[in-house]
This record gives sequence, C-alpha cells and structure tokens, in this order.
Amino acid sequence: MSNRRIYLDNNATTPLHPEVKTALKEGMDAYGNPSSMHSFGREARTLVEKARENVASFIGASAEELVFVGSGSEANNTVLSIFTCTLEKKCTCDRCGGSGVITTTIEHPCVLETSKCLIDKGVNVRYIGVDRYGKVDPEKLAEMIDGETGLVSIMMANNEIGTILDIKELAGVVHEKGALFHTDAVQAVGKVPVDVNELGVDFLTISAHKMYGPKGVGALYIRKGIPFCPLIRGGHQEKGRRAGTENTLGIIGLSKAVDMRRKEMKDEEERLLGFKTRLKEGLEAAVPDISFNGHPEDSLPGTVNVSFEGAEGEAILLYLDMEGIAVSTGSACASGSLDPSHVLLATGLSAEYAHGSVRISMGRETTGKDIDRVLAVFPEVINRIRNMSSAYKKGEK
Amino acid sequence: MTDSREWVYTEKVKDHFMNPRNILMDEKGYEADGKGIVGNIKCGDQMIAYIKVDREKGVITDFKWKTYGCASAIASTSILSEMVIGMKVDDAYHLSPKDIAGELGGLPEHKVHCSVLGDKALRAAINDYYSRNGMEDKITREEARIVCQCMNVTDRDIEDAVLDGARTYYALQEHTKLGTVCGQCREEAEKLLEEYKTKHFS
Repeated sequence: MSNRRIYLDNNATTPLHPEVKTALKEGMDAYGNPSSMHSFGREARTLVEKARENVASFIGASAEELVFVGSGSEANNTVLSIFTCTLEKKCTCDRCGGSGVITTTIEHPCVLETSKCLIDKGVNVRYIGVDRYGKVDPEKLAEMIDGETGLVSIMMANNEIGTILDIKELAGVVHEKGALFHTDAVQAVGKVPVDVNELGVDFLTISAHKMYGPKGVGALYIRKGIPFCPLIRGGHQEKGRRAGTENTLGIIGLSKAVDMRRKEMKDEEERLLGFKTRLKEGLEAAVPDISFNGHPEDSLPGTVNVSFEGAEGEAILLYLDMEGIAVSTGSACASGSLDPSHVLLATGLSAEYAHGSVRISMGRETTGKDIDRVLAVFPEVINRIRNMSSAYKKGEK
Repeated sequence: MTDSREWVYTEKVKDHFMNPRNILMDEKGYEADGKGIVGNIKCGDQMIAYIKVDREKGVITDFKWKTYGCASAIASTSILSEMVIGMKVDDAYHLSPKDIAGELGGLPEHKVHCSVLGDKALRAAINDYYSRNGMEDKITREEARIVCQCMNVTDRDIEDAVLDGARTYYALQEHTKLGTVCGQCREEAEKLLEEYKTKHFS
C-alpha cells in the first residue's frame, strides 16, 4: 500500500495509546493475585486500588463507588439484570422486587437484548422513543414513569450517530419520580467531560477500549448507599460486587488510558470538532443527495454519520476499505442481520437512507491529511456506486 | 502481521465487485427485449435486469443491469451477466442462486440471499421477453403454497427464511412466525427446512 491506512472507526474501538502500551508491558510483572496476602499479592492489590482511585476521580466518583468489570456490556447487563430481579424477597438483597424498567430505542444491543430477556422473565420493560436527532424528551419520560418503575437506563452518547443526550435533565426527572438512573457512558467517557455528581446518575458504565485502553476491561460506577446485588458471584473481589480475580493488567491499562485522557482530551476535542466541520462541509460540497444524522451540535466531537441516497453502505465501506480507509455502516448487509441500524430507524430515518449510512468516527490519531484523503476518495466512491445503482437517478432532485 | 487484506469474500467476488461487468450506463438509449425489476430498496437491495435476445436462435445476446446493494449483490449480478450472455433463454430461465454463488466461488452463508435477486431479476426479464413475444405459455408461475394456515406462511417464505440464515425450526419461527399458533405445520415445515438447506447450502 502506498497510502497510509486510515482508521476512522474509533467508536468501534480505539488503538492503544503508546503510553498505555508501555504501562501494560510494565504491568505484566505484577502477576500476584490481588487477593493474596503475601507481597506478590499486595503489590498487585496496590496497583488495582491506585487505578480504582484514578479512574473514579476521573468521573468525579470516590474509589469505593467503582467496580471493575470485564466490559461495558457486562456493566450494562449487571445493572439491568439485578434491578429487575423477580425473585422478590426470596434472595438476600433488599432491592430485588420485580421493578419495572424504562430504556430507549437507541441503546446498544447489550442493553436492548438484555431488556428483551427481562421481558421474557416477566419484568415490565418499556421503551421510550427519540426525536430525529436521537434525543429523549424529558417530559415524555416523566409521563412514562410510574410507581412500578425502578430503573431508567439511557445512554449518554450514542455510538452510531454521536448524539449526546441530556443526562443531567433526564436523571433529574427520574429521581423526582423516585426511580434509579443508569447511563451507559462508554462513548462519552474520555471524549467529553463526565462527572457523576454533575450528572446526578446512580450508575454509569465505562469501557477502556473506547478511550485508547485495552479491550476486556471496564468499570461500573455505583453511587454510594445504593444497594447492590452481584451478577457474577462466587468471590469476595470488588467488595463482593463482582466475583472473579481482578484483571490487573487490564485495570492498569484502563488507569493509564485515563491519565492520558486527562492530558489530551480537551485539545483532541477541539481538533476533532474542526475536522468534523471540514468533513461535513467537504462532503456536502462534493457529493449531492446526502444527509447527516445525529444532533448538529450536541454530538461527540469525532463522530460523523452520513447517509447517501442510492448507495448501499456495505458497498461504500468495502470500496473505502480498498483505499485503506476504515469506516462502519448502518446497512443491514454489513451486520448480517436483515434490518438496517435500529438507531437510525428510531430517529425516523427511512430504511433506504439507513441502508446507505456511513459512520466516520475519528480519534486521537486522525490527522488533517486523513481528512483531505477521505474528502478526495469519497466522491469518487459514491459516484461509482451510484452509476451502477438502480436506486439513484442523477439530477432528479 | 496477519494479512489485513484478507476478505470475507472470495477473490472472484472481489474482482467482480471492484470491476463490475455489463452495467447499464445509458438507460434511455438501450432497447431491451426484456426487462425485470426485483427487490426493494427498503430491504437493502434492488436489481434491474435487461436482456437482448436473438429470437431465431433463442439465445441471450446481451445482459445489462443496475443494482442497489452490497458487495455480494453487485458481484452476483456482474457474474450473472457473464454467465448468461450466449446462453439459451430456456436454460437461463432455470439458473439458481446456487449456480451464481458457485460461479463466484461461494458466498458467506448470510450473504447467499443477496445472490437470489440475480436469478429472480433474470427470470423477470425473461418472463417480460416471453410475454412480449407471445410465449406466455413458457412462463412458469411461481406459485406459493401455504404451509402454515394460521400465520399464512408459504413454502416460498420458508425458502426465503432459509436463504436469510434460518437453520433451525426455532430460527424459522423467528423469521416467519410460522407454527406459532396451532403448531400443526411443524412436521411439514421441518421437512421443507431440510429440503431448502440441502438445495442451497449443501
């Protein structure tokens, strides 16, 4: 390849930060089990607890409010599953009791699939829709919450369209009605400032690999004083809230990733916002019949989601891949399912436009040259696909 | 480093995707002897097939197309165009998705349904040709037979579900809602499921 490969799929996962790589290499020597009493164990324990303080303070939490988990999906599964336990007083936790759940139609599959499973178990799960930008109306939410509602789970930033939801306001509404509030913030933490007290959330999900940390590790914030019941049992780790020997190495990586975010996030945010404007303006000028998805302002700095009329997303993705450019698509064809992106459909976008959608998610390694190259390649790729498309008529608009 | 250039598709698919053959560029100036449109943009793929036929010999002399769809849909139509040019109309009429996928060196399982459009579009174009030339008797009515009376699910629906990835009775139910009321059709549905699995995937 003459051209440098360009990775624009940072919402799927991010490359390791070089400093994280270094920290991981060093961390490999801390092999002791953090639960062991000898010096090997104590060394590992010290690293884990330092990391806990560090990651917790990054989101304005205290160390004891943070539980390390294996992934964002695990954290989301944990919150959803335990607060909807239908055992009702048969088990030892005081929060169980078949309380109802409200979540949105644009959540990550790990929330949506879990909620479906809950329905099968007899939990009353309801879904609140979103507007065309992917936002939830607080008034509508207030109307939906009733005495039975125990938990409301709404993501902070959407992975596909980048829209940042008004979590503070939504959490306020939920608390007024006496329910608990969880936000899946895996796309927000590390990209925009997140403070659990400012937001007023009870639970918040973090993932390391979305912010230049390693895969297979995340964290769940649980507000102090809120009763908790573990999803994974069989050990006293994490104060009994999550059994399983701590992933010391992953936790070290997550902590280092957080360190680097503290240093780099603000500058990166500004840089990516500039790229985003250039990308949107450049595409709009060079390619006819396109539309952008997601909120025009309240959106992740590096995420652009665009739909092309008459061009199917997987074809776009693969032609770009041939040019060394990596993006993702909301087309059904790329996912192996039959339906296009549930997020785009939830915003009211037509199936046609959803099939022709592409997500460009930039990150810390994205350069101005990358944007130039994308803008040089895109029009040609779209033109090529539209020329063979039965669904695109030139100049009809 | 592993080979990052490795594709989910075969080299043949890649070739036809990157260099599609016989696309119809001049729609207005092309006089087809038969034209067929199948699929729906809403479902993610649509295809228009145009054929020219040597009436004396009953041979397809040209095949042009337009496709809205993913890489396998594009590659399937492209290779189909090469397969049918020079073929007898009556033979082309019986091409199956398996023939097309086979010519491409295989498609990933969840992509097989993309190649279904190709032969359907071709048949639609041939039907159009037959009816324009007073050969309606040759048109095979692809009638569907209802298997599940409760949910009004036909054998064609079952075949489509299999092509879309249903491999078990449970998956078939998820796709079609078949057998979810009285359940009497289960035995027959399972038999058809096996038949279509063999037809398309063995």
